[in-house]
Amino acid sequence: MSVVRISDDALALACGADEVAAAFERAGYKVERVSSWGMHWLEPLVDVDGMGFGPATPEDVAAILDGSSVKAIGRIEDHPFLARQQRLTFARAGKTRPLSLEDYEATGGWAGLKRARSLEPAQVIADVTASGLRGRGGAGFPAGIKWKTVAQTQGERKFIVCNADEGDSGTFADRMLMEGDPFALIEGMAIAAHGVGAGQGYIYVRSEYPHAIAKLEAAVALAAALVAPFRIELRKGAGAYVCGEETSLLNSIEGRRGEVRAKPPLPAIEGLFGCPTVVNNVLTLAAVPHILAEGGAARYAALGMGRSRGTMPVQLAGNIRHGGLFEVPFGISLRELVHDIGGGTASGRPVKAVQVGGPLGAYIPPERFDLPFDYEAYAAADALIGHGGIVVFDESADMGRLARFAMQFCAAESCGKCTPCRIGSTRGVELIDLIRAGGRQADSVELLPQMHNARKSARSREENLVLLEDLCETMHDGSLCALGGFTPYPVLSALRNWPGDFG
Amino acid sequence: MLWYTENVERSERLKGIVAEHSGREAQLLPILHAVQSAFGCIDAEAEAFVAQALNLSRAEVHGVVSFYHDFTAQPDTRPEVQLCRAEACQARGIEAMVAAAEAVAGDRVRLKAVYCLGLCSAGPNARVGDRLHARLDEGSLVRLIESV
Repeated sequence: MSVVRISDDALALACGADEVAAAFERAGYKVERVSSWGMHWLEPLVDVDGMGFGPATPEDVAAILDGSSVKAIGRIEDHPFLARQQRLTFARAGKTRPLSLEDYEATGGWAGLKRARSLEPAQVIADVTASGLRGRGGAGFPAGIKWKTVAQTQGERKFIVCNADEGDSGTFADRMLMEGDPFALIEGMAIAAHGVGAGQGYIYVRSEYPHAIAKLEAAVALAAALVAPFRIELRKGAGAYVCGEETSLLNSIEGRRGEVRAKPPLPAIEGLFGCPTVVNNVLTLAAVPHILAEGGAARYAALGMGRSRGTMPVQLAGNIRHGGLFEVPFGISLRELVHDIGGGTASGRPVKAVQVGGPLGAYIPPERFDLPFDYEAYAAADALIGHGGIVVFDESADMGRLARFAMQFCAAESCGKCTPCRIGSTRGVELIDLIRAGGRQADSVELLPQMHNARKSARSREENLVLLEDLCETMHDGSLCALGGFTPYPVLSALRNWPGDFG
Repeated sequence: MLWYTENVERSERLKGIVAEHSGREAQLLPILHAVQSAFGCIDAEAEAFVAQALNLSRAEVHGVVSFYHDFTAQPDTRPEVQLCRAEACQARGIEAMVAAAEAVAGDRVRLKAVYCLGLCSAGPNARVGDRLHARLDEGSLVRLIESV
């Protein structure tokens, strides 16, 4: 009898996967719970001997079993959404049971760690450097150089910290990886530990991801003997967005307020508990097992464009018809991602803007959709790749309101340590409100003759806009971390491309 | 310390939580999570107890409690519905549903805005306990709030 495979990824569960699985079990079928293929508009996606049906409901079960279902999508692996991808980090997505060591090993699991442990630590780092892997959390710092710094720094103890505080709206690749292939992350951390000589690792997961936490806890326990003497501990965040910033994350693990630390010293030199620490994103560490497998570094380096090597798990989100996880080599254009692959908006209305890189990323208008997915190309365009999330907005979006939201979000989530972020964001909200309301007149106190320095005439719209740009420049140049530093990107990109939305 | 003797059961539970986490490094956050989930809040008494147990000042513990959104100083026994109001859910129309959600929630249900549940291709999304809900429209969101 055929085995029915249904994902137990949080998104599939939120769309009713458990109910569909229960219906198949009632019909006498054995249901295997696997990771998600990442075709989110088809979830819950039912896989019967490689043939797909979705989005399925319990009422569809009879038709799926007798072959008359209108929700058939054919062979899953041949689906155009998957056929166009090149999956390395997400090679197991949809195919394996997340907590099965047997499945993991049968699909090449632990090969990278075995090979790494047969090499000198310096050679492990050389492989990572040669692959061109850069940090996937947003900053794009070369992973090999970070590891080398930690390896060369003297320290009684060293740590591997996995940043799994995926707070950016429009991103879910870390969550899918942790829920779907947790052993890959553990293997990547163990390889890093061998490379730099660390004995202990921490995974800092945000509290908004209960399913990922449960899976990781189980996976860490199952794999403990395999990665020993390296130990991994899980730490749950407590709802602070800023803890995705690496130094604030370290403070949070240490049990302090999640305030950003001034750099230098870099965490690679003085990180967790003052010891040399590798802080890498989930996707960075999960890419490592592939790179350390025989010939993996060269295969990885052969993909991509410019200084952005390898693949990026792009996340298609927001108002998009075919949303989900799309892993491709760097260099793909936004037009391909949004229109050819994503199928345009879910609402059917024209695309107005996309925000790439989370709440701190720039809004990009359709005229600039030729921009290739590459760290340097985005930086040159005053935009961010960030964690690779793409949020699509249709023409009903009010860009002035979204610019205000960016400032408001920064004000709510600022750790409070530096002034440009803490106060600038609040002034930014006020200023955008003022501009959208058409300015304000001087009040009675300002008009008093003894208020020599107060303006007597209202600021014009142009003067207010200059003030907003000035404020953004101060935040960009003066903030300690990316929260205050990059909030100007969504604000200014919205202002420059859609000035009409600002009143 | 009066409260210590007055509320033996409560302090026994606090002691238990602290003991469970002893022996490992930097346990403040895990302890605070456990206190929040056991009592529904971290009040001044609990702060003082944890501070003493970990040899920290009350100010240090209070600073941490007040920094994080997940920790609250007062208990709220109402059922909670977390509604994602981040950009991706905004792009899928959550803002237009908020008024209806607030109307049906009233004082009975606590509606909490959260910024991203990680289901950004299938919004608007909500979370009740550890159960997630995706692809909500106004009708299903209202029914969800009514059902908690």
